[in-house]
Amino acid sequence: MEKLLVAKNVSKSFGSFTALNDVSIEVPKGSVFGLLGPNGAGKTTFIRIINQITMPDTGSVTLDGEPLHPSHIAHIGYLPEERGLYKSMKVGEQALYLAQLKGLDKQEAKKRLRYWFERLEIGDWWDKKIQELSKGMAQKIQFVVTVLHQPKLLIFDEPFSGFDPINANLIKDEILQLREQGATVIFSTHRMESVEEMCDHIALIHKSNKILDGRLVDIKRAYKNNTYEVGLLTENESQVVAELKERFEVNPAHFKTINDELQYKIQIPETASPNDLIQFLTQRGQITHFVEVVPSANDIFIETVKNN
Amino acid sequence: MNHLSLVIKREYLTKIRNKSFIVMTFMSPLIMVGIFALVAYLSQLNNEKIRVIDVLDESGMFRGYLQGNENISFEMLSEETSLEEAKTNSSESEDYGLLYIPKTSTIAELESSIVFYSEDSPALTMMNDLENALESRANALKLEEAGYDATTIKNLRLNIRPKLETFAGEETSKMGSGLKLIFGGAAGYLLFMFIIIYGNMIMRSVIEEKTSRIVEVIISSVKPTKLLLGKIIGTSLAGVTQFAAWVVLIGVFGWVITAIFGIDPSAMQQQQAATQAAAMGGMEKMVQDVFMEISNLPILNLIVMFLLFFVGGYLLYASLYASVGAAVDSETDTQQFIFPILMPLILAVYVGFFTVIDNPHGMVSQVFSYIPFTSPVVMLMRIPFGVPLWQQLISVAILFITFFATVWLAAKIYRVGILMYGKKASYKELIKWLKY
Repeated sequence: MEKLLVAKNVSKSFGSFTALNDVSIEVPKGSVFGLLGPNGAGKTTFIRIINQITMPDTGSVTLDGEPLHPSHIAHIGYLPEERGLYKSMKVGEQALYLAQLKGLDKQEAKKRLRYWFERLEIGDWWDKKIQELSKGMAQKIQFVVTVLHQPKLLIFDEPFSGFDPINANLIKDEILQLREQGATVIFSTHRMESVEEMCDHIALIHKSNKILDGRLVDIKRAYKNNTYEVGLLTENESQVVAELKERFEVNPAHFKTINDELQYKIQIPETASPNDLIQFLTQRGQITHFVEVVPSANDIFIETVKNN
Repeated sequence: MNHLSLVIKREYLTKIRNKSFIVMTFMSPLIMVGIFALVAYLSQLNNEKIRVIDVLDESGMFRGYLQGNENISFEMLSEETSLEEAKTNSSESEDYGLLYIPKTSTIAELESSIVFYSEDSPALTMMNDLENALESRANALKLEEAGYDATTIKNLRLNIRPKLETFAGEETSKMGSGLKLIFGGAAGYLLFMFIIIYGNMIMRSVIEEKTSRIVEVIISSVKPTKLLLGKIIGTSLAGVTQFAAWVVLIGVFGWVITAIFGIDPSAMQQQQAATQAAAMGGMEKMVQDVFMEISNLPILNLIVMFLLFFVGGYLLYASLYASVGAAVDSETDTQQFIFPILMPLILAVYVGFFTVIDNPHGMVSQVFSYIPFTSPVVMLMRIPFGVPLWQQLISVAILFITFFATVWLAAKIYRVGILMYGKKASYKELIKWLKY
């Protein structure tokens, strides 16, 4: 797959503190790329390097095959975690200013702003000052400003903080639509459910090192361990449980149901197939529930960070 | 449009449209003119009354010889009046006081025997007038006693006023030094005020971007050094606009107030000026001298150097103010950093107003006109007194070298500082930032 952004062996330290240690990351074109990691792991430093706010000590970053250059600013849209707008400046004027800094000419910027303001139903805010708006309203404007110059690469750092669920959903849909239109999205967040929903690639940074990356499905596949969640209606429960424990690794499970059945997580040997387990179970009762346990992004995150 | 001009434009327009900026632009000259007019009016009111002094002259030597002026007039009492009577009369009347000249055997005894009675201690200026009037008559009497004719002696007295000329053959006058002081002082003080007012404004604007958290959004489009430079230039242009507006408005308000209230603001100094003028051979001569002195000043040198020192000095301090803004999170934290910036500036003004006035080319004045943090103010004050061009150029060179070094350091602090939130910066921290 073609890569939009390639970072090779990037290191950066501030004084004696190493913020990034030999980090290499490849972001495929057209993907939603989740940049994950605990607080202080080095995500923001990495994002700032892409935005040419800080320069890496060693290593290289290329965008579309070219080494990063000031002219790339026009191709990147960045919504930082620490974000804000000039409080005493009018919405329209401010959006125009920020758009012009990204290289749009005034007329074009005006036209696009009108389109976006209409689309997000904020058209009548043009002459309002930011300090008159609520936090969520200001966030909408911030979003518009980030995407207005139609960048190839969009970088969102915790984009949903400050939004109510309705607006968060709205913004999520907009982001996915931008991806449809060909943009590549780098997405840094702690909210694992949105990673699950949106990302197709992830990279996990922990204590300045990249400890995991790849396609989310591949990672999940690698992290699953042939465990199945099973519900079984049977008459002689204690005997079945004893038999199960003899053959498999068994742990209790809890899921909502209308039956009063046995609930277990059962891990089968790597050589076995789930059909063997089903066969075993059907001989001993009625299967009410059978699901492969796939690790969530949250599980993977916690497990990997703990193991490092 | 490129980034720099966009930033400059935004900074300029935001400042100009700011409500408190507009209010300050109009109110400051109004308040200044108002206070000036009030002072002029009050002092006029104060001096309007002529003070009447009753004189009881028992010696009889002063009758007809005491001459009043625009402030005091003398009223001779009859010689038959007793001192007690005169005192009661004077204190009961509106008159200012009573001068009692007793009969003495010798004129010399008068020195210590004349008494002046008044309600409370008399004004100093009035006592001077009074003493002058008494002394001139008493001296004349002493001369007569010694056998000299007072008028002859007066005619014999010579009044020597050396004509002042420089070695280059230019005529000068005593007015010159004062005038040079005014030019130099005004230039130095103007720079001082400009740095303090607009340096602070730049600092606040940096803090505002930090607290509103927009700075990272901006920084992802504009290089920090460009943002810093744009901020400084934009704010300075707003400052120049405000200064220009002040000059125009002070003129307009001054004219209006003079027209409405009929106050002549120069009335205060008229009397003083008149006496000076008399001493120097008339008003006309004085005006001539002023023009001569102005044309003698190194005008072109002054203007060019004013611009160089003003720009260099202002930018030097402005970049320091900006880095202070970047280092802190709120305005309340700025004190510890602002003080060391203000110190050399205040020192420069003190050195300027005390040492330069005393001796424009003395050791201290010279040294301070080379130190870059004081040179803009001190050198600007010295130039009207004539500083060799090579010295001025060295000073300008030092200033600009320091300026570039400071901007480089300030930009480093600025670049790191604007992205540091919630960290209380110490000097130790700042030095660490310089190494990033």
